Parts: sequence; C-alpha cells; structure tokens
Amino acid sequence: MDNKLEKIVQVLQGKFNATFEEFRGEAHVFVSAEQIIEALTLLRDEQDFALLSTVTAVDYWPQESPRFHVIYQLTSLTQNLSVQLRVPLNGSQPKVRTATGIFQSANWREREVYDMFGIEFEGHPDPRRILMPEDFKDHPLRKDFPLGYEEPQFTFNFDEIDLRKPYAKE
Amino acid sequence: MSEFQLQEIPVGPYKHLVSERALTGETMLLNMGPQHPSTHGVLRLLLELDGETIVNCIPDIGYLHTGVEKNMEAKTYQKAEVMSDRLDYMNPIGNNLAYVMAVEKLVDLDVPERAQALRVILAELQRISSHLVWLGTSALDVAAMSVFLYCFREREQILDIFELVSGQRMMTTYLRPGGVWRDVPVEFEAAVRDVLKVFPKRIDEYEALLTNNPLFLDRVAGIGKLSKEDALSFGATGPNLRASGVDWDLRKARPYSGYEQYDFVVPTNPTGDVRARYLVRVREMRESLKIIEQALNKLPLGPVHSENRKFVPPPRSEIGVSMESLIHHFKLWTEGFPAPKASIYSAVESPRGELGVYLEGDGGPKPYRIHWRTPSFENLEILPIMSKGHLVADLVAIIGSVDIVLGDIDR
Amino acid sequence: MGVEQKLANMGVVTTTLETAVNWGRTNAMWPMLFGLACCAIEMMAAQAANFDMSRFGMELMRPSPRQSDLMIVAGRVSKKMGPVLRRLYDQMPEPKWVIAMGDCASCGGVFNNYAIFQGVDEVVPVDVYVAGCPPRPEALIHGVVTLHEKVKAEKFKDLAKA
Repeated sequence: MDNKLEKIVQVLQGKFNATFEEFRGEAHVFVSAEQIIEALTLLRDEQDFALLSTVTAVDYWPQESPRFHVIYQLTSLTQNLSVQLRVPLNGSQPKVRTATGIFQSANWREREVYDMFGIEFEGHPDPRRILMPEDFKDHPLRKDFPLGYEEPQFTFNFDEIDLRKPYAKE
Repeated sequence: MSEFQLQEIPVGPYKHLVSERALTGETMLLNMGPQHPSTHGVLRLLLELDGETIVNCIPDIGYLHTGVEKNMEAKTYQKAEVMSDRLDYMNPIGNNLAYVMAVEKLVDLDVPERAQALRVILAELQRISSHLVWLGTSALDVAAMSVFLYCFREREQILDIFELVSGQRMMTTYLRPGGVWRDVPVEFEAAVRDVLKVFPKRIDEYEALLTNNPLFLDRVAGIGKLSKEDALSFGATGPNLRASGVDWDLRKARPYSGYEQYDFVVPTNPTGDVRARYLVRVREMRESLKIIEQALNKLPLGPVHSENRKFVPPPRSEIGVSMESLIHHFKLWTEGFPAPKASIYSAVESPRGELGVYLEGDGGPKPYRIHWRTPSFENLEILPIMSKGHLVADLVAIIGSVDIVLGDIDR
Repeated sequence: MGVEQKLANMGVVTTTLETAVNWGRTNAMWPMLFGLACCAIEMMAAQAANFDMSRFGMELMRPSPRQSDLMIVAGRVSKKMGPVLRRLYDQMPEPKWVIAMGDCASCGGVFNNYAIFQGVDEVVPVDVYVAGCPPRPEALIHGVVTLHEKVKAEKFKDLAKA
C-alpha cells in the first residue's frame, strides 16, 4: 500500500477504531453506521478527498448480521489516492444517515441503493425510487429476489411456452 | 383504439422538489417525455416553467433499466462480458476494457505488451467515434444538420476497422481477460494509417463550420455554466469536469494499459459553459489521433494474450496434442475460472468520464456482486443546476453538451 | 419510368384500387423516432449518408406519433417503458405498422431478467422482426423492404374488420 494511504488509514483507525483490509494495493476501511458521516467529513475537509466516486451496497444473504455492506469509494485529486469505506448493516430495518450534505453526488446514488436494496437513508431530501417504476414493491438486487428468467423457446418446447406468453392484442 | 385522457401532471409527488410558485399554479409543470428527439435517449424531464424560462428541472430516469448488475451475477466471468458492451453503447470497447481490467486485477492476470498497445489503439478509436456521434447529434439539436451527416460518414470508416478486427461493427467483445481475442489481420495497420491521414482535415472542416460561427456561438456561449466546486461536489468527471478547469484524467493520473508511454495533452478550459465543453471534446479528438499514431508506430510483436492457461483458453491447435490443454479448455468452457473471495474497484477513462467497476468474487466462477460506476449517472445530476434560469431552447443545447447515454445511466 | 411506358399516348392507366393504395402507402412510409438503445445508433447510421434510407421513402423521421405510420422499436423495452410504448402506438393513426428491430425487441435478446420485456410483441403487435445485435443497417433496410412487400400483398377484405 502507498505510504500516504497508510497514514490516512492510520488516522481513521485511531479516530474511529476502524478495522481495515488490504487487497491488491487498495484499502477497505470498516466504519460503523454512526461514525460514517464524521468519517466522510474528515476525509473531505482534512485529507482533501474531493470526489465521491460511487455509493453502492452488497447483500450477503442468508447471513443476517451483517447482511448489507454499504460502500463509499472516495478519490482525492490532489494526492491521487483512493480509499473505500464500508459500513456493515443488519438485515432487519437497515438504516444509515445520508451523505447528501457532504457530497451532493450521493443524492441519486443513495436513491439507487434504496431502490435496489431497501436500505433507508435518514434525512435524504428526496427518498423516491429512481430506476424501478414508482409502484414497484420489492428490491431487485437483494439475493432473495429472483432473476425473472424466462425459459428460452426451442423447437421441443415452442408450443407450450407460446401458450403462456402474454402476446399483445391489437 | 383505447381511450385515454390528457392528464395534467399533479404537483403532489414533486412538492419537495419544485418551488412554492408551482403549488399556486403560477408556474407550470411540463413533461419533456421519454420519447423526445432531443433527449438523446429515453430520459424524462419534468420542467417547471415560468413562461419559457426554466425554474426547476427534475430528471426522471429508469426507462432503460436493464438489470445488468443482477444478470451478470448469474453468468460466468467470460459470459458476463457480453453484457458489458451494451451498457454505454457509444463506447463498447471502453466498457470491455473496464471489465477485463477489473477481472485481471481480481485474479492477478498479466497482459502482454502487444495486447496492451492494441487495447489503447482500439480504445482511442472508440473515443473518436463516440465524440463524433456526440458532435453530430448535438449539432443536429442546434440545427446544424450537415455536421450530423459528415460525422456519421467518418464514423463508418472507424466501424469498418472494428469489423475488420472482430467481425462486428459495434458490440465487438474483442478484449478478453488476459489480452485480446485474436491477433489483428494484416490490413489493420493500413486501415488505421488511412484514418490518421484523413481525420485531421475532417476535424478542421467541423471546426470551420462551428467554432467561430456566430450562429453557433450565440446558442452556446455563456449557456449552462458549471463552476468547479459544483462539478466536484456532484461527482462529474470527464470533459464536463475538464471544461470547468479541473485537470483530472485517469489516463494521466493513474495510467493503465501502457498509457504512460504515450505523449499527449489533456485539454482543459476554465469557462465551464457549453462552448467550453465543445472545445474540450474537439481537442480530445485530435489528441486521440496523436496517441493512436504513437501506439501504432511502437506496436511490439509478440503474443496477444497471456500464457496462463487457467484463465485464457489454449489455441485450438494444441488441444489435439496436449492433455493439459484439453483439460484447461474443458474446465474453462464448462465451469469458468474461479476468483478469490475479495473485492476490487478499477476505473478507466471513458469518453464521458470515470468508468469504474466494483467487482466482488466469492471463490466461484461467477461474480458475487458487480457494480458499474457509470459516468453519465453523475453527469446527469448536474443538469438541474446548469439549466436554472435558461430558456427551453437552451436546455436542448445543454443536454447535448453533457453527452449522456441512457444505457450508462439506467444500466 | 414505369408509368410513362404504360401511358404511351393515351393518358389512361388501369389498375386495381388495392395496388394503387398499397403503392402509395409503401413508397412514402414515415417512421417514428423510437430509438431506445444501441439499435437506435444503427438506425441513425441507416438514415445517414452511407446507407441512405431516404431511397426507400423514409425521408423524415417524425418524432410525433400523429404524423408517422411506421414505428421501428429499436432497442430494449423495460417494464417502466412498456406503458409509454403502448400509449404512443395507440396515438398513431391507422394504417400503422411496427418493425421490431434487434434481438432485444424481438425476443428479449441477451437480457433474460426481471426488467426487460421478452419481446416487444408482448406490448404491441409486430409485423416484421429484424434480427441482429445490433442489426447492420443493410439488415434494417432488408427488414423495411420485407415490410413493403408485405404491405403490397395486403388485401382490403382482410383490413375491413367488423
């Protein structure tokens, strides 16, 4: 790992008692849901991480605690470094505070995480669905949501699938 | 024919996004629907209008949501690459490059030099072709129709090169983990040199038509200003960020695939309006030609994919003679290769900005989670602040200058 | 050229009403701009200078459904876009035809999942399917010519529905 990145990880470890993992030169720092806003503000103001590249999440079902990891990928243009913050959340009522006040690009990214995973962001100015239709009920990227795979029609099962396909009327 | 009534858009669901004047009816909510000639794809914009001036602009996306991230979890690493072409459909080779670089970083696979140089040549050709479509369609939006026809004529020449190399004009899937699919035919160099000879004069033609044209400048100068702080806070990258004065290009800052060997300039412009973005992209086309020339001159001989048979299939000629090759071929085709139980984030510079892939493996042959950090998602978020106070006709020019691709946004 | 040869010196042409009406319908069919995804770029390339679709009568692409007779569904149709597509189809005046361009519009294509209609014929009735991912501009033009042949073979008694 880069020297400058090591120092930043040590600062985060000291202040938030965070654990970290290293893989292929990247640093993944685990922060709890209560500390994430402070951590993001610290990185933006003191360490000059001006760009929030992405906010996303991973689902580890059937493991219930933690079930989700919310991932924040930060980039610093002046120091040319990247760091990844991960927030583990439990499966029932996953909630974390919004980062919209710190980075405005988090607005839509958090809407997407809510839409796809069902993680609520407290204090978000616009908590609507973004990619799925407004009246859609479930959260597609969770591991217990089925893919929606339809049997391909080959010659041996062509007719039986044809009967079930909802063709449009005039 | 079914009955339908014209509905007025209710202000209710958007109360927290529009100004108070909409609630009294002083301003009007207008739907610039998913099917519209100037929205460059299926983008729905809700405009709060005071006469012809825009007070607020609320984008509504999701009309092209394809479920790629979930679908890739059901396929092996090699098969999932096919879906990556179709995300940002103006830049399929760039998407392939982002994906294969992520896979190579995850499994720690080497790429030989010839393959890296070929990747750079094709990625830069793809950048030129994407900027040509941008120029053609956004000039068409400000009513310069002949530029549209010229740009598509040049683009055909580049698509012929892609077809020569891989057999497909657009969705080539030519780059594979460990290198490229197969070596380029002998006509490749002559075709690329022809492009290098012809293009600079053609770009001069477009500049002669547009850059100093008072009609064009009237429509684009001073429109859609984006300040440096807003650009960084909203996460805009690529030409949108560089046209606001920030010098950040992943090809220079974190060179990949051999970009550090080539000598090129990253154009920036401090103004931040539509004209600045136009100038930055046209200059980028010229710089891409320089990179292609250098890469073609230095093109080394050698293998075009890694020799690591655990990830790269062996050549067909070896399968009949060597038992290990047969077993490797069998395992790669039936099962796929396993990836470690870890996650990485890897980014490239697409014509629109930072195209990143977050890839997490779980020890098996299929990705556990793949997330595409697509640049147009963040680039679209800057549209509302850029278009406040402008007229609807200016909004068309602004959307064209941001260069969004809906496949990128909705994935 | 054919009409002048038949006219010669007489100035009178005899034909059936069906032939005349179908000739008029095919030679000036205006498509509606309905490019959704990657196939839209190939549709634009088919309209541009190299593979000119204006030769076949498709001079203009009208964005308004009220002024067009052909809808080329170019690209993947997501579940959120389905009602919009149906509404636009309903707004087109008769006679109207639909070409499903590309694999995603014909059968769902590469994407067999929760978000994409497996074939646009689940939403609107389709006349011609053009395969390819994306189909080459020549393939699209072949699809258009096939549609012209289908229209030329239409009989009035089939169209006169109860």
